[in-house]
Amino acid sequence: MTNSTNGAAGLQLALAWGFVGIPLLWGVTQTIINATALFH
Amino acid sequence: MSYATTTPSDGGGLLSRSRSVAKPGFNRWMVPPAALCIHLCIGQAYALSVFNLPMTKLIGITAAAPDDWKLTELGWIFSIAIFVLGASAAIFGRWVEEGGPRRAMFTAGLCWAAGFFISAIGVYVHNLWIVYLGYGVFGGIGLGLGYISPVSTLIKWFPDRPGMATGMAIMGFGGGAMIASPLSVFLMKQFSTPTHVGVQEAFIGLGLVYLAFMWVGAAIVRVPPPGWAPEGYTPPVKAQKLVTKNDVFVYDALKTPQFWLIWAVLCLNVTAGIGVLGQASAMTQEMFPGRVTPVAAAGFVGLLSLFNMGGRFFWASISDFIGRKWTYFCFFVLGTALYAIVPWTGTIGSITGFVLCFLIIISMYGGGFATVPAYLRDMFGTRYVGAIHGWLITAWSAAGVFGPVLVNYIRQFQIDNGVAKAQAYNTTMYIMAGLLVVGFFCNLAVKAVHERFHMTSDVEEAQASVAVVGEPAGV
Repeated sequence: MTNSTNGAAGLQLALAWGFVGIPLLWGVTQTIINATALFH
Repeated sequence: MSYATTTPSDGGGLLSRSRSVAKPGFNRWMVPPAALCIHLCIGQAYALSVFNLPMTKLIGITAAAPDDWKLTELGWIFSIAIFVLGASAAIFGRWVEEGGPRRAMFTAGLCWAAGFFISAIGVYVHNLWIVYLGYGVFGGIGLGLGYISPVSTLIKWFPDRPGMATGMAIMGFGGGAMIASPLSVFLMKQFSTPTHVGVQEAFIGLGLVYLAFMWVGAAIVRVPPPGWAPEGYTPPVKAQKLVTKNDVFVYDALKTPQFWLIWAVLCLNVTAGIGVLGQASAMTQEMFPGRVTPVAAAGFVGLLSLFNMGGRFFWASISDFIGRKWTYFCFFVLGTALYAIVPWTGTIGSITGFVLCFLIIISMYGGGFATVPAYLRDMFGTRYVGAIHGWLITAWSAAGVFGPVLVNYIRQFQIDNGVAKAQAYNTTMYIMAGLLVVGFFCNLAVKAVHERFHMTSDVEEAQASVAVVGEPAGV
């Protein structure tokens, strides 16, 4: 197997990481917003 | 990447190991998202406390009624779940290892979602025992299976960076609470009415979302074919003292002093962190009375979650370069120093110093969890690392009891003896520092596993014939 990914494999990879990355990013953003209260 | 041409077959179904062997062209970077699908969901356990207050007002709605559940009774839900997590990881570890990650992830999703659905019934009929059974027992099994299911697969896909790979997955467990907390609040808000708090609907919603998410993870996970190795990767020729090239059978690993030393290392590192995590909000407000508001304290808890998550990836990745033993060496030396400094930050009134100390401590708490699978792999080989990791998770269950008990009871003892609340945590901090010193010596005592515990080829063949078909050979 080579590391070179064709378009479909690249899309699959992007979808998989987006599937977990977007909720995680949302959660991290919410946490940071709440944490800013500590510095007010 | 190079592949062997044989494709094993164990005659299993859709969830079997042989049906989840990667085909040529599969990108190994698809495996971390599959693992994250599981860990981001089960990480909800850290956010269970958002349901505590609403569940004390299921009857009274605006305030607790006499028949409403008490906070102390609700606290048992988490304790049971963490206990069952450790027990199920130990009991089913070999089943997970031998059946492959897909079957384990699928089952973990089923149990985890069932935990929420059964708990929703418990809330609906207002019977706490049903919630204990649901979230505590079924959810706990889902936690245990889910936690260990992707670990050995990741180690096999990333023999060049095992710490980073497992760190990525276990980071998800830390991040899961950050998603679950606002999501749970959102769901309860959507379903609450003036006569109803919306907890059971939120449980059903979470159960459905988690079931879908975890089954997506089970669908995309793959195991490497026999003989697979990343392209250009050659295992180190020079023998490393603390990285074995041999495998140790799961039950033989339990007979080694190394297993129990690492068990103690994890238990002590977790005990030091877990007690603080649970009490962080109250601790900041009591150590800095009038200067830290409840809202600011909640912000501090959020920051701790962030560093807990980030530490998992950071420290586990670092361990690939400096070695596992040195990584834990950092945890214990730095942790001891920081715990010893914390009371001083309270005395001089430095909130910044206090916050910084705990952020680093919590990053190492998370780092301890994330680095330990690679530590086990270094000691016992890749073959049964998942099952051995399952047994090691019992250290977490033990720490889950020791940590909060130490912090809560020592604080109460101090207050009962006339110590001011602002200074009531000082003794606890010194005890935590002492625990980390013990951990330091346990880690120091870890040496390579004696060769009499190594699996011989005869034993491996016998094990393989009754267990794993298509297991990657010497990845």
